[in-house]
Amino acid sequence: MSLIVDLFREFAILSFVAFGGATALLPEMHRVVVENHQWLDDTTFTHLYAIAQAAPGPNVLVVTLIGWHVGGLGGALAATLAMCLPMSVLIYLLIDRWESFAGKRWQRAISIGVAPLAVGLVFSGATLISQAANLGLAAWLLLVATVLANLKTRLHPLWFIGVGALLGLLGLV
Amino acid sequence: MNQHQPNQVRPDLRALFLGFSSVGLSGFGGVLPFARRMLVDQRGWMSAEEFNAQLGLCQFLPGPNVVNLAVLVGKRYRGLAGAIVAPVGLLAGPIAIVLLLAMLYDAYGSLPVAQSMLRGVAAVGAGLLFAMAWRMGMAIRDKAAFLPFAALVVFGIAWLRWPMLWVMLAGLLLSGGLAYWRLGRR
Repeated sequence: MSLIVDLFREFAILSFVAFGGATALLPEMHRVVVENHQWLDDTTFTHLYAIAQAAPGPNVLVVTLIGWHVGGLGGALAATLAMCLPMSVLIYLLIDRWESFAGKRWQRAISIGVAPLAVGLVFSGATLISQAANLGLAAWLLLVATVLANLKTRLHPLWFIGVGALLGLLGLV
Repeated sequence: MNQHQPNQVRPDLRALFLGFSSVGLSGFGGVLPFARRMLVDQRGWMSAEEFNAQLGLCQFLPGPNVVNLAVLVGKRYRGLAGAIVAPVGLLAGPIAIVLLLAMLYDAYGSLPVAQSMLRGVAAVGAGLLFAMAWRMGMAIRDKAAFLPFAALVVFGIAWLRWPMLWVMLAGLLLSGGLAYWRLGRR
């Protein structure tokens, strides 16, 4: 039970810094669940991320998977709820006031200011996953090919995930 | 100009649940584009301008943007009940699927064949993240002034492994401060 409470507390705290959504939170999640609590190891962390990528739904589901791995069904629900609830409540209460602030200088400044930080967070998450996944040369080539193909074409991301799974199955990466 | 149409559709709880379920189940690696398509193009629950304004608040606050958006849309049409039903609809289906996958992972994840498959998916997943960071970076208007802050975050978080809270607070102070100053100069 205390594990579920720990999960809820840690993810509730994480939710307050999740600027840019759950994806931007990957480095900090890794720090908390892998390094601090040692609830799971590097490999499992990257696997859970990979599974979340391969499933439909919002990016926040990687949190559900971590919760499941740590504390079963209760853990999955606690982690997901902790991630979503605090800001949902806040936004529910704030929306009416927010609309009266629209276009204010400080509001625009924060919106502009947060954007580059979110870029840095997502980039950090990408380096973290690629390091933790312990990729070989072929996998790095696949990674670079994915970046280029994703930027240059309009192919659905599911195609890339399918190709990655297939190349993995064939033992090529 | 997209005006607030008087005959704009007012979804009931069932419609909110089903509408957001379809959003949750159709997106891979981010469902915001699908939320936009459902809300603005398909069901006409809000205009494009309204969508952008509401999304602005969701992106301003931390937390999963699309969950926050569901709360806002639900509240707008059906009050508290809507604000609960819409995000539940968004998440219920995907959570069920992802838990099914988690059980498969628990049962077969240690098999070598599953391990190598997941390694391939992880490589692709990391690639998709790099591409996403690149796209987000390119969307920043004043790159010379603001992209250095992205580099600072990478340095602090990925390299020095500093706690995110302090990096974000300091970063927001610097980057938001610069934005504030530049907005005043114009």
